[in-house]
Amino acid sequence: MPLRAIRADGILPEEPLAIDAALVERWLVRFLADELVRRRGIRTAVVGLSGGVDSAVTAYLCARALGPENLICVRMPYATSSRASLDHAAMVIADLGCRERTIEITGAVDGYLQFEPDADGRRRGNVMARTRMLVLFDLSQRYGGLPIGTGNKSERLLGYFTWHADDAPPLNPLGDLFKTQVWALARQLGVSREIVEKAPTADLVEGLTDEGELGITYQRADPILAYLLLGYRDQTLHRAGFTYAEVQLVRRRLESTHWKRHLPTTAMLTNTAINEFYLRPVDY
Amino acid sequence: MHASVAAVQFQPRKGEIEANLERIGEIFAQLAGEEPPDLIIFPEACTTGYFLEGAVHELARSAEEYVEELQRRWRAAAGSRRVDVVLGFYEHESGTVYNAALYATLGGERAQLRHVHRKLFLPTYGVFDEARFVSRGRRISSFATSAFPSAILICEDAWHSISATVAALKGAQLVLIPSASPGRGIAGPEIETVAHWRTLLQNTALEHGVYIVYAGLVGFEGGKGFTGTSMIVAPDGRCVASGPPFDECVVRATLDSDAIDVARAGLPFIGDLRSVLPDLLLDQELPLPHGGRVAP
Repeated sequence: MPLRAIRADGILPEEPLAIDAALVERWLVRFLADELVRRRGIRTAVVGLSGGVDSAVTAYLCARALGPENLICVRMPYATSSRASLDHAAMVIADLGCRERTIEITGAVDGYLQFEPDADGRRRGNVMARTRMLVLFDLSQRYGGLPIGTGNKSERLLGYFTWHADDAPPLNPLGDLFKTQVWALARQLGVSREIVEKAPTADLVEGLTDEGELGITYQRADPILAYLLLGYRDQTLHRAGFTYAEVQLVRRRLESTHWKRHLPTTAMLTNTAINEFYLRPVDY
Repeated sequence: MHASVAAVQFQPRKGEIEANLERIGEIFAQLAGEEPPDLIIFPEACTTGYFLEGAVHELARSAEEYVEELQRRWRAAAGSRRVDVVLGFYEHESGTVYNAALYATLGGERAQLRHVHRKLFLPTYGVFDEARFVSRGRRISSFATSAFPSAILICEDAWHSISATVAALKGAQLVLIPSASPGRGIAGPEIETVAHWRTLLQNTALEHGVYIVYAGLVGFEGGKGFTGTSMIVAPDGRCVASGPPFDECVVRATLDSDAIDVARAGLPFIGDLRSVLPDLLLDQELPLPHGGRVAP
């Protein structure tokens, strides 16, 4: 009788994106409470709600950490923003029972762009993103709160965000979670299925989705990113079922955007250059 | 012989030594007012917080300064009653800075500093950068205490199985581990690094027939969440008490020397090692100093 074979196949960890969403919820709620209240003495969070899943999840986490009465959700539509985005943001606000502001940014954005009428879609999108951040920081000042970032790890790694806009808030609970993990967390938090299941979009150009613009779905990009960060080579990923074209696309975006994940490059001239020699932690 | 131990999951205020000592004084008062323990263990870097970078030079103190502060606060809480205390701190000694832990007996007329352990294995990878800012210790010692002969290992020290082996060979029956472990790993219901710690501590206790008391820091520093999850592990490898992740708390148990004797009678590995060790050390293939030879 032949011996029964017990085999371990494959080199890659099988589920690099697996998360226990309940654990992550507890962890991030604790992170927000600790960093806001205990460390900074701030009890109010200001979150820009786009209508998408990242900002919805961020809002739910803030409401859990601080109470909905201490969360101000801000909707910032531009003239071309979709109605669905506004409605989805309204669903989050209604479900959480938090405070709300709606600031139309069309006047501010167009006030500048009238001097640059030929600006292309990318520039216009960047102006909108930076205008929204201006609003969030100013409202935070008004309400004695802190703007909370909503960027996830996938878009940070792919460089799919506006520098010094989406990444500007001083606290970010989702920055170490891939997009597909944010979806899992959204389900855990009870975010409406309509929001979780819709195609992710920056809502800058009608009909244009993240995945359409990136040329790859998050379901494919996220495991590739996860494996690349762990140090696996292209050939190993290919053997695991990813095409070389997919791996190259992701690797190119990752490797061409390291600068976007750093502070500005400063000329070092002395032995006391800040963050080079003079090293102090952010919470000191 | 038995001893009541208390591992304190402590959340420091970053860089605020005086405030943290005040908080330690409050904890002393709480413990003295309940069922006073014989030994209290605080985590690594608990008077300052862990990630200090260059600020470590502004915040390092001598062990003697801390013993004086602890004695004053314990006396205020419990009078002349004696207690042993382990405290993780950044140590300044003759111009050099270490990641250290002191062992002192407080109470009575004068406090006694029994031992200072300086962390040997300084994690310097990924999120860690210790070797850049502090110097490493050079020795693992077993020392006499009011109860069990003990050794201190700080955090990564304990990840190297040889550290606890050296401690046990030198006679330690109780291994004290102040730690500051930033949690990582979200795939399962338990934080992955916590699960790793539990496996490690249980295996270490079982291999050497020693008690292990692990005290973990809690709180967030710049996005890094220290898990706490303090544990007390018996010499048969059972985790007899453990704290939750992220919350301040006190984890308590009573240690009994009988349990050590019983465990070592069942698994006499430390005795086996004592007899085999000379052969292992004489193995010229080992990458030891002196070109692979053990100095005569």
